[in-house]
Amino acid sequence: MNDNPRFDRLRRILAQPFFRATLALVIILCLGALFHAEGSFFRWETHRDMLRHISRYGILACGMTLVIITGGIDLAVGSVLGLVAVTSALFMIHWGWNPLVAVPLCLLVGLACGVTSGTLISRFRVQPFIATLAMMVFARGVAKYISGGRKISQGVETADGYVYLDFPGFFNFLNARILGDNVAVVTLVFLACAVGAGLLLARFRPGRYMYAVGGNEEAARLSGVPVACTKTLAYAMSGLFAAIAGICQAAQETQGDPEAGGSYELTAIAIVVIGGTNLMGGRGSMALTLIGALTIGYLEKILSLNAVGEAGRLMLTGFIIVAAVLFQRSKQ
Amino acid sequence: MPELLLEMTGIGKAFSGQTVLEDVRLDLRAGETHVLAGENGAGKSTLMRILAGIYTEYAGTITLYGRETRFGSPQDAARQGISIIHQELSLIPSMTVSDNIFLAREQAGPAGWLRFHREREACAALLDRLGVPVKPGAPVGAYSIGVQQSIEIAKALAFEARILVMDEPTSALTEPEVERLFEVIASLKRAGCGIIYISHKMEEIYRIADRITVLRDGRYIGTEDRDRLPRETLVKWMIGRPMSEQIFRDAPAPGAPVLELKDFSVPDPAGRPRPAVDRVSFSLRRGEILGLAGLQGSGAEVLVNGLYGVYGRITGGEVRVDGAPYRPGSPAHALRQGIALLSNDRKREGLVPSMSVTHNISLAALPRLSPGGLLREGLERQAAEARKKALNIRVAALTREVATLSGGNQQKVALAKCLEAQPRVLLLNEPTRGVDVGAKHDIYALMNAWTASGIALVLITSEMPELLALSDRILALHQGRVTAAFDRGAATPEAVLAASMGSVKGNDYER
Repeated sequence: MNDNPRFDRLRRILAQPFFRATLALVIILCLGALFHAEGSFFRWETHRDMLRHISRYGILACGMTLVIITGGIDLAVGSVLGLVAVTSALFMIHWGWNPLVAVPLCLLVGLACGVTSGTLISRFRVQPFIATLAMMVFARGVAKYISGGRKISQGVETADGYVYLDFPGFFNFLNARILGDNVAVVTLVFLACAVGAGLLLARFRPGRYMYAVGGNEEAARLSGVPVACTKTLAYAMSGLFAAIAGICQAAQETQGDPEAGGSYELTAIAIVVIGGTNLMGGRGSMALTLIGALTIGYLEKILSLNAVGEAGRLMLTGFIIVAAVLFQRSKQ
Repeated sequence: MPELLLEMTGIGKAFSGQTVLEDVRLDLRAGETHVLAGENGAGKSTLMRILAGIYTEYAGTITLYGRETRFGSPQDAARQGISIIHQELSLIPSMTVSDNIFLAREQAGPAGWLRFHREREACAALLDRLGVPVKPGAPVGAYSIGVQQSIEIAKALAFEARILVMDEPTSALTEPEVERLFEVIASLKRAGCGIIYISHKMEEIYRIADRITVLRDGRYIGTEDRDRLPRETLVKWMIGRPMSEQIFRDAPAPGAPVLELKDFSVPDPAGRPRPAVDRVSFSLRRGEILGLAGLQGSGAEVLVNGLYGVYGRITGGEVRVDGAPYRPGSPAHALRQGIALLSNDRKREGLVPSMSVTHNISLAALPRLSPGGLLREGLERQAAEARKKALNIRVAALTREVATLSGGNQQKVALAKCLEAQPRVLLLNEPTRGVDVGAKHDIYALMNAWTASGIALVLITSEMPELLALSDRILALHQGRVTAAFDRGAATPEAVLAASMGSVKGNDYER
């Protein structure tokens, strides 16, 4: 219709997923500025708390981004988060282990869950939905088994009566805010995870292979890409990030709740999708997921600032997810 | 003169401006088997899709049972008695024979319940008529491919089909199954049905046909009674096109043998009992182009795929690459051994459409271009720039997604990817398919350049002039076996095509 090359370039920029995701975020921010709840939207504390709140979901979304780019899905992240919350609380609160031992072990638990899902999917050709659904149920079971169905917290009943254990310094640190009380430590953990996943995708060979496998698995295989290894790696990383989120969860809640993380996987998927990463695989990036996390975080924050109840928040969030995805798909 | 069931006249069809059928005609009498012959891409399938109501936009007229008609949909065509027996059977294996036969036309009672027993009885009667020993209540999947095909025919008859189209029905059948199919066809003819039969097998054509119609390059060439159409004429009709396109092959300077096959075999990837490639032997030297001639089901494609490790470790026989034993295992393994494959389906198997031109070109060479696992965008860009120049890839920016490129440029990107892997042997499956004339000639020139630099090429192409002009040697394959070998110059289109159709022995063309 319009052959002007300058117009053409503008149209291409407008069609970029990054631009569209940013635009969605800006619209949300404008809404926040409009409904600022008597100025509370303009205070840094509001943003700081939002970032702290979204961090655990964001960490899960880092792994989810890798998995979705390979064309898969990981439903198990919420349960793995719960499992690791329990094990980390057990190791560090109940048994008082040094975090230098406890943290690597906890990460190993998450990694093992991811590798198992990944192997089922890539070697045994179980559909990602089914394999990770099974892992979701299984990991929740293990969390309940280990904890005996109770929350692992500082209070312990022994034969001598009720004992109140020390809260580990490592958890205190994770739960703290630093840089003049301006940033939560878990937010920095989230950022580190995002940078790590982003580098893997953009700067390392396995990351490129993830795009290739998600974009066209058969062409990737015929080009010599180790498809099975690539897929397994994506789920392994997802398990690892879920474990990191699980440790943060235990620190923030000062306990290991075997029920923790229920439905978190759905929030993580929503973050990735709102960012504009394609559920069909092959397209997307960590930057998009970061924007998606901010979009979801601000949306919830603004609604709660304006005293919209949980019922309304959920309904509106569902609506926004569809709107965002339709918006991004248009004109593509 | 038997009743005329069908008359198609002046049929034309174009896809996005490209004409694939022009002024084609075909008629079918009751009780005859009418063979539709032609090379790959001659337009047979398109014509049959028009007949089946799959393509509803076309030029020309279809007259059915003496009345002009125009189908609005496949269901419409089926209702008027046209049925296609597909190569890929359209039965649901887990459902019973009778449920399959009455699928979507279940015999329902007034309240909507199924008249189960009536269906079973009708089904049994139908199968009896065809002489197929099948239990109506057994699942279709329990029977062999041959029996399933008979069930499919029974299904067509249950729809009261009078015109049956069979597209290479014997390609998946064993010898006794073929015999039974021919008996079924004879009984269909006696019942007054007309059969349009597509085949690439010379023996079969002359055994089953009453009349033969030949298409070539989307045009109607002629129709003749079988007995009045000698094999030589049939082949000439099928080829006929003048060698107008100038394709040059520089004088080759073959070096040492780089790829040697001895009794190379590949089992059928779809699991049929007959091997798809059966004890093929050849030796390919550096700088040489070996052409593989073959029609559908010849095994040429399975041969190159098997060699590249597409099917895994299932191949038999001996393969040597530069004298060292090589056992195909996976594409990654083949690439490490210096063997690359250009697939004939670039959309499905060749390219990752969502990735950029650069990333597609570097994909198969990443172990070399990203030392230590760290991506080096600079190295990749340099490589892509060089290939872009050498292959004359026309693209505004190498960062563009491959999906946005034209067919010819996409094909060049796929070729660039193969070359970036620095192969010693390059297997080319239809390198000029879906490519415009300009890009075609670019690719011909490139093939000369590659062989001059010492790469050995194996070429599969369905375009006879291309095969004859570019190949230094040609092997003709039929049903997985080599039927003839030709040196450059000794090959004529007629001889190569006849060998590809399996009629070498006892024939004038034998060398």
